[in-house]
Order: sequence, then structure tokens, then C-alpha cells
Amino acid sequence: MTNSIGELEKDANCIFVIGSNTTENHPVIGMKIKKNVLQNGARLIVADPRRTDLAKIADVYLPHLPGSDVALVNGMMNVIISEGLADLDFIAQHTEGFEEMAALVAKYTPEFVAPITGVPAEDIRKAARLYAESGNSAICYAMGLTQHRTGTDNVKSVCNLAMLTGNIGRPGTGVDPLRGQNNVQGACDMGGLPNVFTAYQAVTNDATQEKFEQAWGVSLPSQNGLVLTEVINKAHHGDIKALYVVGENPMMSDPDLVHVEDALEKIDFVVVQDIFFTETAKCADVVLPSACFAEKDGTFSNTERRVQRVRKAVSAPGEARVDWEILCEVATRMGYPMNYDNSEQIFEEIRTLTPSYAGISYQRIENGGLQWPCATEEHPGTPYLHKDGNFSRGLGAFTAIDYIAPGELPDENYPLRLTTGRSLFHYHTGTMTRRASALNEHVPTAELEVNPEQANALGIANDDMVSVSTRRGRLEMKAKVTDTIAPGVIFTTFHFTETPANLLTSSEFLDPTAKIPEYKVSAAIVEKI
Amino acid sequence: MITLTINGKEVQTPKGSTILEACQQAGIPIPTLCYDPDLRLAGSCRMCLVEIKGRPLYAASCVAPAENGIVVETESPGIVAARKVILELLSARHNFNCQVCEKNGNCKLQDYCYQYGVKESRFNYGEPTNYPINDPNPFFERDYNKCIMCTRCVRACEDISIVRAISVENRGHHAKISTAFDGNLTDSPCVFCGQCVMVCPTGALTSKVSAGLGRSYEVDKVLTTCSYCGTGCTLELNVKDDRVVGVTSNRTDTGSPVNKGALCVKGRFGWDFINSPERLTTPLIKENGEFRKASWDEALDLVAKRLGEIKTEFGADSMAVFTSARVTNEENYIAQKFTRAVLGTNNVDHCARL
Amino acid sequence: MIEEKRIVLRNADLIDPEKIEDYLLAGGYQGLEKARSMSSPDLIAEIKKSNLRGRGGAAFNCGLKWSFAPADAPVSYVVCNFDEGEPGTYKDRIIVQKDPQSLLEGMAICGHAVNSKQGYIYCRGEYPYVVDLLNRAIDQARGKGVLGDFDIEVRMGGGAYVCGEETALIESIEGHRGEPRIKPPFPGVAGLWAQPTVVNNVETFTNLPSIVLNGAEWFAAIGAPNYPGTKVLTLTGDVTNRVSIEVPTTATLREVIYDFGGGIKEGKKFKAVQVGGTSGGFIPESLLDTPIDFDSMRGIGATLGTGAVFVMDETRDIVDITTRIAKFFEHESCGKCNPCREGTFRAYEIMKKINQGQASVQDIENLTILSQVMEKACLCGLGQAAPSPILTTLKHFYPEYQARLQLN
Ligand SMILES: Cc1cc2nc3c(=O)[nH]c(=O)nc-3n(C[C@H](O)[C@H](O)[C@H](O)COP(=O)(O)O)c2cc1C
Ligand code: SF4
Ligand code: SF4
Ligand code: SF4
Ligand code: SF4
Ligand code: FES
Repeated sequence: MTNSIGELEKDANCIFVIGSNTTENHPVIGMKIKKNVLQNGARLIVADPRRTDLAKIADVYLPHLPGSDVALVNGMMNVIISEGLADLDFIAQHTEGFEEMAALVAKYTPEFVAPITGVPAEDIRKAARLYAESGNSAICYAMGLTQHRTGTDNVKSVCNLAMLTGNIGRPGTGVDPLRGQNNVQGACDMGGLPNVFTAYQAVTNDATQEKFEQAWGVSLPSQNGLVLTEVINKAHHGDIKALYVVGENPMMSDPDLVHVEDALEKIDFVVVQDIFFTETAKCADVVLPSACFAEKDGTFSNTERRVQRVRKAVSAPGEARVDWEILCEVATRMGYPMNYDNSEQIFEEIRTLTPSYAGISYQRIENGGLQWPCATEEHPGTPYLHKDGNFSRGLGAFTAIDYIAPGELPDENYPLRLTTGRSLFHYHTGTMTRRASALNEHVPTAELEVNPEQANALGIANDDMVSVSTRRGRLEMKAKVTDTIAPGVIFTTFHFTETPANLLTSSEFLDPTAKIPEYKVSAAIVEKI
Repeated sequence: MITLTINGKEVQTPKGSTILEACQQAGIPIPTLCYDPDLRLAGSCRMCLVEIKGRPLYAASCVAPAENGIVVETESPGIVAARKVILELLSARHNFNCQVCEKNGNCKLQDYCYQYGVKESRFNYGEPTNYPINDPNPFFERDYNKCIMCTRCVRACEDISIVRAISVENRGHHAKISTAFDGNLTDSPCVFCGQCVMVCPTGALTSKVSAGLGRSYEVDKVLTTCSYCGTGCTLELNVKDDRVVGVTSNRTDTGSPVNKGALCVKGRFGWDFINSPERLTTPLIKENGEFRKASWDEALDLVAKRLGEIKTEFGADSMAVFTSARVTNEENYIAQKFTRAVLGTNNVDHCARL
Repeated sequence: MIEEKRIVLRNADLIDPEKIEDYLLAGGYQGLEKARSMSSPDLIAEIKKSNLRGRGGAAFNCGLKWSFAPADAPVSYVVCNFDEGEPGTYKDRIIVQKDPQSLLEGMAICGHAVNSKQGYIYCRGEYPYVVDLLNRAIDQARGKGVLGDFDIEVRMGGGAYVCGEETALIESIEGHRGEPRIKPPFPGVAGLWAQPTVVNNVETFTNLPSIVLNGAEWFAAIGAPNYPGTKVLTLTGDVTNRVSIEVPTTATLREVIYDFGGGIKEGKKFKAVQVGGTSGGFIPESLLDTPIDFDSMRGIGATLGTGAVFVMDETRDIVDITTRIAKFFEHESCGKCNPCREGTFRAYEIMKKINQGQASVQDIENLTILSQVMEKACLCGLGQAAPSPILTTLKHFYPEYQARLQLN
């Protein structure tokens, strides 16, 4: 997030939520948005194919078709520019590339965009005006925006929108990705990515490479590595010989599970380190038991860049060990001794190599955490980025982005758009929540959400068992007939091992930059059984 | 600043303070039941009454403004008598079974009855309260035979969770906390965040997941960060005998900067996977398609040896590590360091995007 | 013998309440015209000086109340409390039925004083025909343009007794559960929709036209100096004439009951009188020479309240009546605050036990303690006043309780 969670409750005068079912997936943030809207008078725009809880209280609700985000946002920008609502001073002082972008969106009139998005032109106008004219406007998005072949485009689009109206660098403005898992932010910050070390320092940068080689006392590879989906694809071709999985469950979370399973089978040696015997562990050669969050010390970084303490409360069960200890043991046995007394010692090493974390210490975050960037021990942390429109790269760059249709559009054989997501009561691949007794008792199975119109046409009633198929697979589950989903779209969750939704999704259409698969749109067919 | 006299002592307090706040600043304890600093004021339990000299009525200190020159008594005989009557009135509608109550030891009603020596109520006239206890939700119990009608739950649901699943229904003595049609929470807009449980001062609302696992005074509370979504809420793990037995809220700004104690259903009630019998407890090695238990040494040696061999035979870039968005920063750092420095490849990623 | 004095009821039975023309001919809206020639502060000062005190029960100085509303508030409201939920009280209905324009004029005067453009009349739900009458009166006033830019809307009450309490009334108009708010903030500062709001009783408003027209001194000289003017009383129970009258506040209870009420029915003997509605104290024969003004009534542990006068003859069973009253409060408690919610319930249970002859001295002691705490500890006037009948009957008619205990 460029800004802070608290600002969504107090400072934002208008919030544009796109591709985030906030009250289910980030419930406490959802509460804050609701508080601002229902009690503090903020305005709310929600764009989502499902009429979410927030959509129900929105000033403007835009039920756009999955995959039409760029068109929608371009439409809003078209209105803002043509009605003279753009912040020209901000654009002139702090950005570049405006003309090119403006030229491109000129053709995205609301009337042009309406048939692509399924949203009435007038609502696009209303939303644009509301966002541009409310004072401090913030944008929140989540996987509904990123999990498309155009995910990077989608994100750049909303950045365009924020810069166009100068909604950057003040409390209650900004572009706020709501990160799905508790430490996605930290995993990225720590260099758990194929192209960067900690704090997004490029592996291809010579000075950086040298810094890390010096610190670690080894020579390091200098070309970018493979992203997760590429690893799976390469494995398919027999080019990956060893895979070490720490607390991930690609056999549930990755698209096109048949494809993933094939790939894992082709890898010579798979190690899985986890707290449970996951779907992925079944494919492993060695499974190592690890400690869960309650059994270790450390830090997590939340979606607003706040580094907070994790504290050990109990011992790990049996012989299970903390993940870093296990990795250090392997390293040491491979001839590269890695020895740390405790997590704090690791954190101290991180600080020396990670400018944005340099000022953070366990002592300083004993009470309350700190938001990076925090360069020195005296730095108070950074609640919002780009203060006064000052971008880290100098000028903020507009990007001219054309709408590209989703990779797999409905056709005769697969006439519906399947989109996937989460339930309030479960988390990710269900490894933890399916074993949390109350949560699993409350929501024990997946359901397929179908619009009443659609259900009628298909002869489906609420609670009927149906099959849902895509080019990749077929699942059976109960139908939930609800008007909270648009006609032509169906929805299910991916938490349940009995009905793994990613059996249906495709790994074919990746975002060219972020390599994110298009989870949010698959052509599908539903049949009553 | 306002200057007033409390229990014979001159006290200064900022303008706009209530008498209760003035007392708190002066270190004078005042019993409260409906007051909660994070919620809209109710002023309805009347436990915090004080006497203001020259005024015929007692004032509820949680809502009464501190005024210049007023003379306040907080434990005068009249006030003590009034508090006793109030506690006895609450006791008369209360089903005391502290010996099995989840709230025992952390209950405001119990504490104040003890403090004011209320052993038996003088007002046990008429039928005792007898509400059915049958909400089938798996998260928390609703036992309105222990409810003192402080409405904190209603206000928390409305003002923190912004849900309004519950409200006060009926009037007078028959008023009770209820969903719109007095049905189960599962048929209401309730999202089971348990904010109501967090603020309830008695055993009327208690976690079913923690039931019977430990009493408040037996547990240690460890402040940590929730392991589910990226919001990063702070919560307290309650520990008894090296076992997590519950989750409670830290409600301070500094201790809980993101959420100030508010949680969602996963954070508050979804913790018992920690104690699941399905947890992995020993290393496993697959042999002929079957897993068998192994010692750490054996397993680690095997991993080190195989990775070494593959590196030599196929090169570093034939290997990859998936680190995790669920493990700590320190572990992610170690994982990428391991990948880059030990395996010698940049093939490290995690499911940020998935 | 003391005479009736008519200020509020000056037009009663002399004009046709359905015709604004009649009201205008009788000098109507001249008070408002005069008020509008004065500045707001001067008008408020004048009303303050008249020492007009609220006729809804609490007897707060009317001008003083108005002066709490911030003069520069962009929006403020004038609300007329016409809930009249007190059993045995119907004086506001009489006033409005006989002269509705007088109420509208009074509210418009208040509107000018506190710079409000919108008035609401919160009318008791049981009076739908009066609502119709009021709406017709408002239409006529609008038609004649006499209200200027001040407008009035009638809202129907929800039927609960507590909705007559001014903040519960405001909650009810806002569409919420009729429960009293905590004060401060008082309505004058933050009332209806959080805007400054003046709430006054029907009788208070209808005094205003005459006060403005004749001047503060004129009014202050009528009746008791501390509570000047007149009071409309409604006589019920065992009096010969069950009438409504308007008398100067110097009138004594004896004069009211014997001179206007014609004494006790069927030649029976007087036993007690309860003044001010259900929550009023019971007054024995020995105190009948007390004047009815608010302070004198206070002095004997009773209240003037709304001016209901309920007379009981020698055949009445005090304990039984008190039990019924306890039931009324048990039923009407809104349930918000502890001592009232639980206290009215337990008090009724104890009274039932006494009434059934099953109580001990200990039960009476418990009832006494409970009542004493409720008076001081409850959040609103309902709970604070509910124990008054119990405490005053225990004081003045204890032998009747004792007689019940002996049955044991
Ligand atoms: C339980 C309760 C019921 C009340 N009912 C009425 C009522 O029916 N009519 C009324 O004018 N005032 C009623 N009051 C008094 C009002 O709260 C308020 O004091 C009054 O409307 C103010 O007007 P006044 O100053 O003109 O008397 C009631 C008060 C309480 C506590
Ligand atoms: S709620 Fe409190 S007083 Fe009641 S049984 Fe439980 S511990 Fe005892
Ligand atoms: S659990 Fe949450 S939503 Fe449900 S009643 Fe309690 S506070 Fe309201
Ligand atoms: S359930 Fe608990 S919080 Fe709610 S009113 Fe009753 S005692 Fe208070
Ligand atoms: S005194 Fe009675 S009526 Fe008034 S607030 Fe309390 S419960 Fe409600
Ligand atoms: S704590 Fe003050 S009234 Fe309840």
C-alpha cells in the first residue's frame, strides 16, 4: 500500500474498491472502510463482478465483467479528462507521459466502454466524477485486479487514475493493494523473488551483486531467475531437477492442477517443508516438519508495510523445527555454514543489507511496529509514500494501456466466465482453516455461485449438485443461486481439497510482466447432475 | 483546565473530560460496566454513579462532564448503597455458576459483587430469568441468563464491526439482546468477528473454541501477529501448559496499532489448527512410493546430498526454491540467501500472485 | 372563592377551532407580529423575565432554555411535546382541540426567538382526530401566510409513555427506538438530527402569544411569584365534577377539589389525591391547603407535573392502586438503564406480594431501599419518578400496608 490502513477509516473522502471483496478477504480493513462510509460520510465506488458487501453500500456500483478492468478505468479517465476534472498542476509538476496516455484513452468514451464492461455509461461517468471530485480519494485493489493476463496493465491503469487526479502523496489518497497472505509483503521485501534481493535491489545490478557477495562471502548468479509458474512449466519439460518448497502448496494454489502434478512428478527431487501434510507434500521425496507462527519468533510485514513482531507462544509439536533453522542446517551440510542464535540475529543481518529496513530493530518494534521505508534508528517510519507527489523515480510515469480481452473468452462449448476467490471463513488453500474446527464446521464445502437468471435457464435450483467444467477439468459441487453475481459469471472458492478450483483454471495465459496466471477468468460450462 | 474536588482532593482535568476521566487521571478507581472507551457512551448501567454536592440526583460519572468547582464523592455511603442495589438487581437476573463459567476470574460482575460484598440479592422476587441457550454457531456461546444488558456487544457490532447483527429487543425487564427476528446468528448478518465477545464484561458471550481449555488466570498471553491475511492484526495467544487455548484482543493503540483489538472470525476463532493431531511431527522420507519416518540427521543429510549431486550434475539453475508468504521475514531472507548463496541460482519465488 | 383565570384557554368555546378567521378576529397572531418586531435576544429576555416555567412537568424556565440554543446555528428546530402519555391527563388535548392556532402561534414565536424555520408537533398516537385538526389548522395558517417562513409538521407518537421524555421523543422522531439519551448534550445544543432543538410542552407554547402581547410584567404578576401564571388542571377520580379548569397557580388543592371539583362524590370522605399523573406523590388530607405551584408541591414531596388531579375517596384501596401504578411503570420502563429496567420489575413483584397479603416487613424494607436508590440513580425522569407513589404512600398511608402484612 502506498498509504496506511488507518487512513481508509479517517482520511479518505472517497474510496474506489476494485477487484477486492474486502469484507471477506481483509475483514478488519473492510470494517474500517464501512465505518468511513456509513459513519464518517466517505463516498464509495465498487467495481466487482460480484455484488459484494461493500458493493451493497456503495454510492456507485460497477458490476464489470471479469477481465474488463483496463477498459473500465480508461473509461473513467476519459470522463475525467473530457470534463476537465484532471489535476493539471499535479500532472505538470510530478508526472510524465500524460499526452500519450490521454491520446489513447480518448477513444474510451463511456459509450465505447459500456459494451466491453457490461456497465452502463452513465455509471462510469458517475464513478469518475465521484473519484475525481471528492477531495482525498483512495484506490484499494486485491487479486481481483491482478490475477489476469493483464494484471500488470490493470495495476498501471489504476496508478494512472490516481496520478491523473493528483490523488497521491496525501493521507487518504494513494493506490493500495491489499495483500492476500499475512506476509506477502515481507516475502517480497526480503527478496523472495527471482529478480531482486531484499528491498527490491535488482540481482542484475553489479553494485548490488557485489554488496551481497561481500556480505555473504560467495559469488552470486547475476541473471534473473524463474518465476513460480515458469518453474512449473520448465519442470514439465524435464528442465527442473530439484524443487525445495517452504510452506507453499502449489498443488492447490497454482492454476491447472493436472499440469502442476505432472510437472512435480517429473522433478527428480522434491523437498516440502510444512506444518501439515499438504497436497504438495504427497508429491515430495522428503517432507520436513516445521513450526507454525505460534511456535517461533520473527517478524511479518503487513500490507501497509508495517514490520511487526511474531512471538513464540508454545513449543512446536514433536520434532518439528523452525523453518530458518532447517534451511540453515541444510546449508551447513552442503558446505556453506549458516549459523544464527535466534531470529533477531538474522534480522540484524537483514538491516545491514536492506536500506528500507535499516532503521528497524526488534527493540523499536517491541510496541507497535514500524512502516518502511525507515532508513535510520531515528526515522519514525513512513505512513504514506510519495509525499507531496515526490515519486522515488523522479517523475511519475503514465502508461498508455489498451484493453486486451481475457485469454479465454466464453464460447459455444464453455459459455460462462468462471472466476475464483475466497470465503471469509477460509484462507488460501485451506491448510490451516480446514483444520480449524469452528471454521470448517461452519463452512465445510465449496459452493458454485450462479445468478438466478442463469440458474433458471439451466434448470438449477439452490443447493442442487452441479458440475462445472473447463477445458482443464471438471468438479462437482452445490449450487448457490444468488443475485449477488452478474449473469454470465460463476464463482467458487479454492480452499477445498475435495473440490480444488484450480483444477479448472488455466496456466496458459500469464501476465507478461508479473507472470500471474489468469485465475479470474476461465471459460466454463455448468450442468445439473 | 477544569478544577474540581474529588473525595476531598483537588483534581485538575482538561476541559471536556468526564468525571470518570478526571477520576482515572487522579488514580481514583470507579466501577464501570457499560463504559468502554472505544464505544459510543451509553450511561446506562449506572454502576459509575457519584455524588455531586448540592445536586439531588446521582451522576453517572462516565457521561457527566467535569465542571469547575464541583465537589464529588465517589464512595459515599449513599453511593455504596446504590451500587449494591444495582449489583443486586443484576444478580437477581443472573444465573451464577462461576465454578464452570468461562469468564470466571475475568468477570466484571463477579469482581464488583466481591468488592461490594454482594452475596445474595435482596430482590429475588418473581420468576428467575430463563433464556434458552441454543445458538448453533460453532464460534461462540450466547447465554443471556448471564447478560447484564450493558449493550456493549450491540455497540461494538455497530461501531467497530459495522454490522448491526444484534440490537436490543423488547422493553423494560424483558429487553434482551437479539437478532432482528430473535433467530440464530447464523441467519443474521453476523460475520462472527467476535467483537461482541471481546467487549462483553460477563460470561454471556464466550468462545466455544476455547471452552473448558483454561481459565483467564491460568493462561499467559503472548502478543503476536495474525497468521492469516495481509492486514496484520495484532492478537494475544492464550497459552496454558505449553498449548494455545485461545485468542484474545489487545485493545491498546500501541500494542495493537492496526486493529486496536478488532479481529475477524479467522483471527479470533481459527487458531486451533495449531493443536491439530494432523500436524507433522517428524521428518518423512519417501521410499518406493511410501513415506516412512526418519530422523532429522538422516533427512537433512539426504536433502543436502541430493541437492549437491543435482547441482553438480545439472547445474544450479536446474533447481528452484518456493519460499512462502506465510513464513517470517527472517525465514524468507534465509530462504533466498540459501537459494542464491548455497544453491547458486536466482530461481526463488513464492505465491505472492496466487 | 378563587376564580378561574384563562390565558391558555382564553378562546375556548368562544371561537370555532376550525376557523383561523375566528382566531384572527380574537386578536390571534398579534403576539407573533409583535415578537417579530423584536430582536431574538430581546424576545428571549422578555420571556425569561416573565418567569414562564415549562408546563410539561419539569418547570424549567422557558426563556432560559431558549437562551441555550446557539444563536448562529444554521439549522435548528422547535418541537412541541404533545405526547401527553400520562394516564388521567388530557389538558393538552383540550387546549389544542379548542384553540389549535394558539399553539401554532406560540411555536412560531419560539421559532423567531431561536432562529428556527422548522417546527414539529409530536402528537400522542391515541389522538388521530387531533392530528387531523392540527393539519387543517396548519394548512389554514399557511394559506393566510401568518407563519411566514416558519413551517410546522405533525408527527404521530409511537405510544410508549417514555416517548414523552424529550430526548426519547427526539429519538422517536428520528425513527429510532424511543429511549432517552444521556444528557449533556441537552437538546438545546444537540437535539433533533444533532441540531439545536427547543422542546416545550403544548401549554408552555400556548402561553406565549399573551405574554408577548401583554408583556412580561403582566404575566409575572399573575399567580405565585416563583411559578407565575395559570395552570390547566384535569380533575379525575372521585370528585363530583370531573372537569378541566385553568386557575392561577396560587390556588390550593382544597380549592381545586372542593370549589371547582365540587368535593367528593356521593358525600363520601376524602382519602388522598395524586397530582401530576401516575408518577405523582400521594397527598393526604392534612396537606390539602398547599398551593398548586411547582415549588410548593415539591415542598410536600409531591409534584405539580402535568396538572392531573386524581382524587380518591375513603373506599379506595391505596395498596392496590399503588400496585397497579407499579405495574404501569414495569410496563413502561424502556429498559435502557439498570435501576429502572430491573427496579420497576422487582418493585412491581414486591408490591404484588404485599397486595396479596404475603409480604413481610423485610419485603417493605427492600422495597424502600430500592425506591430510594431508583429516585437518585435512574437515567431519566421515568425511573426517577416511578418510586414516588410507593414512597409517598408508605409515608402517608403506612397503616394500609401494615394491615396487609397482618394477613400473613
Ligand atoms: C417519562 C417522561 C414522560 C414525559 N412525558 C411528557 C409529556 O407527555 N408531555 C410533555 O410535555 N412533557 C413530558 N415530559 C417532560 C419532557 O421531558 C420535557 O421536560 C418537556 O417536554 C419540556 O417542556 P416544558 O419545558 O415546556 O415543560 C416527560 C418526561 C418524562 C421523564
Ligand atoms: S458471568 Fe461472571 S458472575 Fe456470572 S457466572 Fe460467569 S463468572 Fe460468574
Ligand atoms: S460476532 Fe461480530 S458481527 Fe456477529 S454479533 Fe458479534 S460483533 Fe456483530
Ligand atoms: S451480552 Fe454481554 S456485552 Fe452484550 S449486553 Fe449482555 S453483558 Fe453486555
Ligand atoms: S429510567 Fe427507565 S425509562 Fe428512563 S432510561 Fe432508565 S430504563 Fe429507560
Ligand atoms: S459505566 Fe457509567 S453508566 Fe455504565
